[in-house]
This record gives sequence, structure tokens and C-alpha cells, in this order.
Amino acid sequence: MPTEEKLELPQHLLDFIEQWRNKQGNLIMILHKTQEHYGYIPRAAAIELAKILDVPLAKVYGVITFYHFFKLVKPGRNIISVCMGTACYIKGAGDLMAECETLLGCGVNCTTDDEEFSLQGVRCVGCCGLAPLITVGNEVYGKLSADKLPEILAKYRSK
Amino acid sequence: MAVKNFVLVCGGTACESTKGDEIFKALLKSATKHGIKDDVQIIKTGCFGFCEKGPIVKVLPEEEFYVEVTPEDAEDIIAETVVKGRTVERLAYKDASTKGSVSSEKIKFYQKQYRVVLRNCGLINPEDINEYIARDGYLALEKCLTGELTPDSVIEHLKVSGLRGRGGAGFPTWLKWNFSKNVTADQKYVVCNADEGDPGAYMDRSTCEGDPHSIIEAMAIAGFTCGADTGYIYIRAEYPLAIERLNIAIEQAKEAGLLGDNILGSDFSFNLEIRLGAGAFVCGEETALLASIEGKRGMPIPKPPFPAVKGLWGKPSIINNVETFANIPVILTKGGAWFKSIGTAGSPGTKVFALTGQIENSGLVEVPMGTTLRDIVFDIGGGIKNGRKFKAVQTGGPSGGVITEQFLDTPIDFDTLTSIGSMMGSGGMIVMSEDDCIVDVTKFYLEFCVEESCGKCSPCRIGTKKMHEILEKITSGKGEMDDIQKLKDIGKAMKTASLCGLGQTAANPVLSTLKYFEDEYLEHIQDGKCRAGSCKDLMQYKVVTEKCIGCTVCARKCPVNCIEGERKAPHFIVQEKCVKCGACYEACKFDAITIS
Repeated sequence: MPTEEKLELPQHLLDFIEQWRNKQGNLIMILHKTQEHYGYIPRAAAIELAKILDVPLAKVYGVITFYHFFKLVKPGRNIISVCMGTACYIKGAGDLMAECETLLGCGVNCTTDDEEFSLQGVRCVGCCGLAPLITVGNEVYGKLSADKLPEILAKYRSK
Repeated sequence: MAVKNFVLVCGGTACESTKGDEIFKALLKSATKHGIKDDVQIIKTGCFGFCEKGPIVKVLPEEEFYVEVTPEDAEDIIAETVVKGRTVERLAYKDASTKGSVSSEKIKFYQKQYRVVLRNCGLINPEDINEYIARDGYLALEKCLTGELTPDSVIEHLKVSGLRGRGGAGFPTWLKWNFSKNVTADQKYVVCNADEGDPGAYMDRSTCEGDPHSIIEAMAIAGFTCGADTGYIYIRAEYPLAIERLNIAIEQAKEAGLLGDNILGSDFSFNLEIRLGAGAFVCGEETALLASIEGKRGMPIPKPPFPAVKGLWGKPSIINNVETFANIPVILTKGGAWFKSIGTAGSPGTKVFALTGQIENSGLVEVPMGTTLRDIVFDIGGGIKNGRKFKAVQTGGPSGGVITEQFLDTPIDFDTLTSIGSMMGSGGMIVMSEDDCIVDVTKFYLEFCVEESCGKCSPCRIGTKKMHEILEKITSGKGEMDDIQKLKDIGKAMKTASLCGLGQTAANPVLSTLKYFEDEYLEHIQDGKCRAGSCKDLMQYKVVTEKCIGCTVCARKCPVNCIEGERKAPHFIVQEKCVKCGACYEACKFDAITIS
């Protein structure tokens, strides 16, 4: 059996946990903070959280896996989210997704081999006036067509 | 010195993501440069609603309405409009029919709208509590605490107003509050549902961003009415700007003594906390939402008992959505009778819709209940994009259905929409044109439900999956005639046997489109044809021999070399090898390639 990697949670995260320790229903908020720090929820961190909060690890994983927002795998440096809301869908989000897959050479919910990009579909960013759109990190690129994608991706490559 | 001009910059997510903040800073810089910083007030407001043309800048009192503004335009807006009082023609909104510039009050998009919920959006700075207070904000809460309004009179006002929950089901709000008020318990809660998961809908996000205090005030009033001292706002983690604005508003309200212990010196205390969702559509269902606030997997439980009696941590809890709450302060300041006078008899008030899809003016619109779809789509929305033909409007998202041309003149409210086989839902309104395949869009909704089904009850877990498989079959040209009946049977079973609203309504898109567009399903199955041309597996690219001049561009572009023909002679496509990528269609300059 492989040994579990030990991980020390950073101080600001421990402080946050302390602040929330006695509040009911704190697990999701603590997981959000953990993901904010690591970009995902490493297994070692989940084990630590279970210990600190004194809840079974199975419960922690039960929550993580229920919600789409929480990730178990480290994402790439740039996260490309193709909006798959209805407005974007009928304006060709599917084509954008297919083009991203081709350009990046990786599928949905995967990361490129060089860890440069992760590709995911998201449910409605709420900018339907800009449909179809993708977001890269916090930047929104709206009213897109597939032929504009190479230029956008080039901006982020090895940045 | 008095302020001469107001420059309002849209700070909603859509405009903000297209450089709204840079425009705001550039305007400030220009104003300083021209030495008129004290004559002009530059404010970042909530959403104007006209997202199609964003980012938007409005100059008052001239009522100049500038669209698609860039940071570089800031200098001209200040130098021309503010300093010299002239219109910057190239930025001014042009009427689609007259092509002339129009000031904001004459824009067709706004003329049939009536803003109650969005009364402050696009007008005040949402990050400044004083601007909210100046618009009669916190007046209703003050009335509660000074004895002018009692819990009973609040309920009475809501009863007279006829306000129904805007989350989708349309349950009378006063009844919900009354249940909770009449239960004796040592602890009660007020919960705001801001987990707007419906794809293609963003009404609640804009309200949180543009007028966060109205939600906070209404929640405090709910606490006062039913005797709760704690509230939670459950909001999607995907809405960072809305979360930020709500946090700022909560802090400001605390500082002003409008939240916290002993509000305004009374013995009423109310504390408010934000809890983040984590991307689960089912958490819009109230019992699932409560489970999520409790830090658990967001799975629904059977009702009754209803949350108003036994909710969060087993205590009575009022749950309303953002739009419902946003209506409440203004109902209490203007009176229930005033609200009742707007809209229809069965559904008083207004409704905010996110108008999107194949429409000229997509954006956020608020209209009195009873407005016809024709008014919304053609007058406010400016008609179908690129002059295409109207096909249907989808309302209610993954739980709703389609409204076809024959119902364009039906006044829409909770009851009429249900009677024509759709539903109000939270307010997403997706316009489809002849270019959209109804079967494909239905498949999209089912795919959504497959992913979002929590898996607790089998009718929903298995039913959504089976229906999606059948639709997949039909759109790839492998459909069989008895698939239609299968879809109907599964749909009916899910409606009766599913545990919560998600499963009970997940079949609606299928049943509703089968009712009005069965011929399109049949076309896919029997003729292997998709009239909209969106189902790729059913498409055939063909060369129109008369138009082809044999330039060979298509043959060179084709990734699988399936286009053959001599130079300067008409080409042809070998169908067996074609992967339907569309590269030839895009490449041909002579429109010699058709899709059928």
C-alpha cells in the first residue's frame, strides 16, 4: 500500500478553519478556502481537514465529489472554461469546445501534458449577452467564433 | 459646488468583463485632467439590462446613452458631453429602424419595461449604502422597528399584494411567512436562495450585484416578521462579483446599525451570513439547499414537513429567492394594494426575464406580468437576430418547455404559462429561430439533467439517462418510431414518481417539444433529416455543380481528402469518407457547397 503523503496546511488556512470551527455546516466553506489555496483539494489536505474537524474522511470526500466545483486533480496553469449555458449552446458553444479540444489536444475536464491548460465546460457564466463565450482565468472572451480561438490561446501559452 | 453631471457606468458582470472597470477609471482620469472632477459624479452602478450593447455609459441629465464603449472613448465622453454638452455620435445608441441616435428614455428596449425589482439597478452605486437609503432604502425595516408595521401587518401587506415566489413555483409568499411565524420554536432562520443554476438565466445575479441592500433589508424584515435572528444567503461560488458586493453591503449595514444586535436601538437582532454553493443545480431545490448550508451533500428530502415548519437544522425556515426578497421592501413602503395594481389578477407585480438566444437585444428585462411574448420578443427584444424566422421561446430552463408562435399573444403569468405546457421558472427566456434544432436543444437540457440529477431517487437518475440516450439516438440518425412513445412513457413516470422538483420537471422539455414539434422528431427518425442543420450526423454536404468553378480550394481544405474533381471542373464530395467538419463549406467563396 502506498504511504500517504503528509501535508502541512498553511497558517492562513488553519486560521480560517479555527474561525469556522464552531459554526454549524462549516465543511463546504472550508473546502472552498482550501481549493482557493491549492487550486484543487489534494488528498493529503482532505485527510488533514478530516482530522482537524474530527469528521470521517468518507464524509469529506462525500461532499467533495457531490459538488462540481471541487476538483480532485491539479488543474493546469490556465483554466479554459467554455460556457455551456443554453444561450451559448444555441449560439455554437459546442463548436468552440470541439475547437479547443483540437487546438489543445486534450479532452474536456483534462489537462494538457505540459500542464499549461485545463479545459472544462461550465454552466452559464451569466453573461448571455456575450454568447458564445469562454473564460480563461478571470478574463471573459465573448461573442466568439472558433477561428478566434488560436489567437486567444497563444496569449496564454508559456506566460 | 453642486454636481452638474452624473456619468453612470455599468458595473454588472457582462460589462465588467468587457473592461467596465477600466472605462470607469479612464473617465475619472479624464475628469481630473479637464479640471472638472467636482462638477461631475462618476458612478459605477449595477446592470442596465441592455447587455447586448455593453459596456454602457449613461450621462445625466442629458440622458445620453452610449453603447459598446471602450476605455479609449472615456476622453471624448468627458471632453465632448460633460464639458461641451455635445453628443458623441459614434457612441450613441442608434435606433434599429430610423438609424438615428436616441436618448435613453426613447430607447425601445426600455419603453415597455417597468422596473420594480430592478428599481435601483443601473441607478445607484451598489457599494454605497447611503445611495440605497436615499432611494427609500431601509425605510420599511425602520417602520417595522418603530412599531408602524407589526409582524401581522407585514403579512397583511404581503397578502394584499398577492406576491408569489419568483423562484419558479409561484407559491404565495405571505402563506410561507405565515406558516413560519405561527410555529413556536427556540430558533428560526431566514434563507435567501441565490443559487441561480438555471443555464441562460442571470436575473438574481444582477440584482445581487446592482442592489444588494434590498435583499438584506427584506431578509431582516422576514426575520422580524417570523421571529428569526439569523439569516443565510446561499449563493453560487461562480458569482464572485455578486458575493463581493453582498459582503460589502452586509458590512456597511452592520456599521450603520441596520444588521447585528439591537438594530436601531430596538430589541430586534438579526445576523446575516453568506454561504457558498459549489455548483450543484439540485441545490436550487429548497430541502437540498438547506442540506448544503448544513455542509452536507445537497440531496433533497421528501416534503412535508415543509421548511417553513421544519427546515435548517430542523428549525422553521423561510426560504425565498432573490427576486422575491427584492420586491418586499418596496411593497411595504408603497403598500400591498399598489403592488396588486401591477400585473394580472392571479400574478400581481412584475417579472424579470433574462432574454437571450437568437435575439437582437439580449439582456435583462423587467415587465409587468401579463405582458405578451410578442411585446417582449419583438418590441423590447427587437426581433430575431439576422432577420431569421421565429421558432419558439424556451422558458423555465431544464424544467420548462417551449412556447410556440401560436401563443405569442398570450399574456404571460404563472398560470397561463403552465396552461400552455411551459412554466415561469426563474426567468430564463431563450429565443430560438428556424436555425435551431428543437430535438438538439431538448437533448441539451436532458444532458444537463443527467449531470445534475443527485441520484437519490431512481425515476430521475435512470429516467434522465434513458431519455438522453434516446435523444442521442434520434439526433444521430438512428432513431426508431417507438422511441417517441418511449420518451412519453418515461416522461410521465418521472413526473409522478420523482422525489423532488428536479426529477418531476426534468421531462418537461421533452414532453413540451413533442407536443408542439413532433413533426421535427419524426423528420429526424423517418427521413434522416434535420431541417435546422444542427444535427451533424444527419447533414450532407454537397457541391452545387452549376456554381462550382473548380478552384480546388475546398479539396485542399478537406482534412480527409474526400473532395474529388479536376481543376476548373465541378468537384464532388465522396459521402462515405466525409466527416462533416464543414471546412469546405467555410472555405468556398462561391456558395457552391450546400448543407442538406
